[in-house]
Amino acid sequence: MQKERIVGKPVFRKEGIAKVCGAARYIDDFSLPGMIFGATVRNAIPRGRVLNIEFGPGIPWDEFTVVTAKDIPGKNYIALINQDWPCLADGFVNHPQEAILLLAHPDRQLLPLAVAAVRIEYEELPSVHSIEESELQQTIVWGDDNIIKSYVMEKGDVDAAFALPEIVIVKGEYSTGAQEHLYIENNGAIAAYSERDGVTLWGSLQCPFYAHKSLLGVTGLPEDKVRVIQVETGGAFGGKEDYPSMIAAHAVLLAMKSGHPVKIIYDRMEDMAATTKRHPSRARHRTAVTKDGKLLAADIEFCLDGGAYSTLSSTVLSRGTIHSGGPYYWPNIRVRSKAFATNTPPHGAFRGFGAPQSLFATERHMDRVAKAVGLTPEEFRRRNLLRTGETTCTGQVIRQQIDLEGWMESALDHAGYYEKRARFDRENTDSLRKKGIGLAVFLHGAGFTGSGERYLNSLVGVDATAEGRVRVLVSSTEFGQGTNTILCQVAAETLGIDYEVVEMAPADTSVVPNSGPTVASRTTMVVGGLVHSAALGLKQTLIASGLLSEPYTSDAFQNAAKSYIAKHGALCSMSRYQAPPNVYWDDQKYSGEAYAAYSWAAYVAEVTVDLTAYFVTVDDFVALQEVGRVLNPVLARGQIEGGVAQGIGYALYEKVVWDRGLMMNNQMTNYIMPTSQDLPPIRVFFEEIPFEYGAYGAKGIGELPMDGPAPAILNAIAHATGEDFNAIPLLPEDIAERLAARTSIAKEMAAV
Amino acid sequence: MSARRFSLCVNGVERFVDVPPMARLLDVLRHELGLTGTKEGCGEGECGSCSVLMNGELVNSCLVPIAQAGGASILTIEGVGEQARLHPVQKAFLECGGAQCGICTPGMILATVHLLGKHPRPTQEEIHEGLNGNLCRCTGYMRIFEAVEKAACAMESGAME
Ligand code: FES
Ligand code: FES
Repeated sequence: MQKERIVGKPVFRKEGIAKVCGAARYIDDFSLPGMIFGATVRNAIPRGRVLNIEFGPGIPWDEFTVVTAKDIPGKNYIALINQDWPCLADGFVNHPQEAILLLAHPDRQLLPLAVAAVRIEYEELPSVHSIEESELQQTIVWGDDNIIKSYVMEKGDVDAAFALPEIVIVKGEYSTGAQEHLYIENNGAIAAYSERDGVTLWGSLQCPFYAHKSLLGVTGLPEDKVRVIQVETGGAFGGKEDYPSMIAAHAVLLAMKSGHPVKIIYDRMEDMAATTKRHPSRARHRTAVTKDGKLLAADIEFCLDGGAYSTLSSTVLSRGTIHSGGPYYWPNIRVRSKAFATNTPPHGAFRGFGAPQSLFATERHMDRVAKAVGLTPEEFRRRNLLRTGETTCTGQVIRQQIDLEGWMESALDHAGYYEKRARFDRENTDSLRKKGIGLAVFLHGAGFTGSGERYLNSLVGVDATAEGRVRVLVSSTEFGQGTNTILCQVAAETLGIDYEVVEMAPADTSVVPNSGPTVASRTTMVVGGLVHSAALGLKQTLIASGLLSEPYTSDAFQNAAKSYIAKHGALCSMSRYQAPPNVYWDDQKYSGEAYAAYSWAAYVAEVTVDLTAYFVTVDDFVALQEVGRVLNPVLARGQIEGGVAQGIGYALYEKVVWDRGLMMNNQMTNYIMPTSQDLPPIRVFFEEIPFEYGAYGAKGIGELPMDGPAPAILNAIAHATGEDFNAIPLLPEDIAERLAARTSIAKEMAAV
Repeated sequence: MSARRFSLCVNGVERFVDVPPMARLLDVLRHELGLTGTKEGCGEGECGSCSVLMNGELVNSCLVPIAQAGGASILTIEGVGEQARLHPVQKAFLECGGAQCGICTPGMILATVHLLGKHPRPTQEEIHEGLNGNLCRCTGYMRIFEAVEKAACAMESGAME
């Protein structure tokens, strides 16, 4: 096999020079002639009826463009899976911060004053604000029963396994909080409209065709009159998958009514309070295990708080459900899962998409099961980790040659686990700084779940320009994770030309085909695979034309492409998704090949719990993973390190404080993410087993690192303190409270 | 509030603006002078994406009213280097993967330039502390730390030439 020249190399980020020079242009850096500014008037109560809207004094209202639900020319919903998410509330509100009306004016400074001057009178109705309240079904706030979606996934005979004699049963309940994406660039969009050209929307967003679909519905315009262009996007993490369609629709409605281009940029407080967050979750585990530590059966109940509208909750729940079994072999497993509605802004996509929630519970629980049967965490896992040829909880046979035990061992070695565990056990007794070390082993499915990729039916193109440069045509977007670079590497490698000769076509729905949304760790593996086959097609066309013969140089390729275009007008090759063979999925039974491939990982966290301030610091972090072939080592490390940092924040810092559906700490001053002084060295290791059906052997990578840090850290804290903490975020006050209770119990016991 | 005339020296060039005295330096740079490389992430002094150097000190331009910046000398990302002639710090960020989404990058690069001015060979602690006012949500900071070290080496050997 020929050695690869570009794939696997740390080539520079395509748009890197523009970024380090401050020349990359984000949405707020654009301006159009005649452009005015838009703002949103939002609901203040959890749930109820809008009785009256009054435009208060002191504002020149005749200068404003005002849009309400009545001004929507098409349908009043943002198109995702269902059609229940209104673009503008029409007389009824279901969560704080829901958009009620829109204002536009040329003076940006005047808008906040105008928003504050709109007075809305409500009739408040009962509301629900937690999974517990929603499942009681005393107040119904969505559908007939508050249940947005439910699944039952079952393998084997769970009840029979629990009835076996001589088994140990371990129960536990685990919960996770909401998490704010906190991309450093707030949401924003610019819309322009003319009767001739229709609507053009520029935005900070992940999925141009999602926004496109919503705009078709809201405007009622035909497809060729709606154009969506993604501009440089300053972070997303899933947070710019769903909500930007809402902002796009708002900007477009204002532009259509005012006759001016309209820019809407959220400020930080609005972005944090109004847009989506990670779904809070609750998981209840009941596990049957033999006395020598072999897993027999799991009975798991997994619930999400979906917020007020269904948005993407059903698919987040699906991924969470399937990942509930973790990387273990379960002869019997049942997962019953539900997403409940509450009167909170809809929770949405966030890196990991349900898996960080369910894997937190599973990996925390496994440490407790290990303890119950008298085994160390690592020995217990050794006895139960999946092996090649075994089946996952959906019955999917692991065909890939995996070595989870070996990878776990290697992560433990890198961390110095055995020596540290023994040393901390010795030294902790007389110390107020308790040290601990903990482990999490996990997996993450790449691409859409089950039949998802087949429905997406993605299309990708590669073409050449009249100058003989090659362009990659995809709707897959760059928002820091490296889409541009990786896809250009794949195209350049396949075509046998220089990386510099390849560029990305703009992410503009009027230019590129729909290669699906940029989510679910699918871009490198699935879209990259399609870029590879489209590029092969392009090369074959040139060779078949007689203009090019192998071997050739990059220059010769460019000359041949130029001649071809001069002669035939255009040179373009398209490729459409085809499912890998033997992919079988049953949506009803939730069984079959849930994902074309899984990535695997073993993470080890070392912590100190300070018993005077109850503060936890993570002192060292080892992240070892198998993600197939690593296409760009610098970018791949960056993905893992960034994901681990978000995972550390998720576990220890990032708490959304709610008051009846309203985020109270919607500022960077009081919602705390890790700074440069809060992180341990994050030591990244890759095992590489090329995946047959991914681009040059790649699998998914982007979401995986979000799954492991929280359970590894909480397992380490359990080791350090001897206490089981089963909820995140875990803040100093939570630790203080628990340990204080422990001390007082100890005192009472001593007194008795 | 009525506008007044202020002069300031931006990236070595004398500039005049007519703005209200409480106008934020950030807005003056972005809207009046078209220097959009300076970014707004929070508007309240927490994220550092609006960092610039003012008379050699690192400031959050979202917190500086123009009245305080009158007569000052300002360095923004546009003055650090050019696409064809990158500053060693920019080059190191590019090579080490210090920029992902890039929105924190201009501020992070100015914080690094400032840090290396104070500590030409910074220790790990000095790096962590020197960048603690600049949040990055993408990288987990590790590639950025590496870039700072690499830039320090490059600048030291550059200075010796
Ligand atoms: S925008 Fe100035 S510190 Fe965040
Ligand atoms: S690179 Fe995205 S915030 Fe730093």
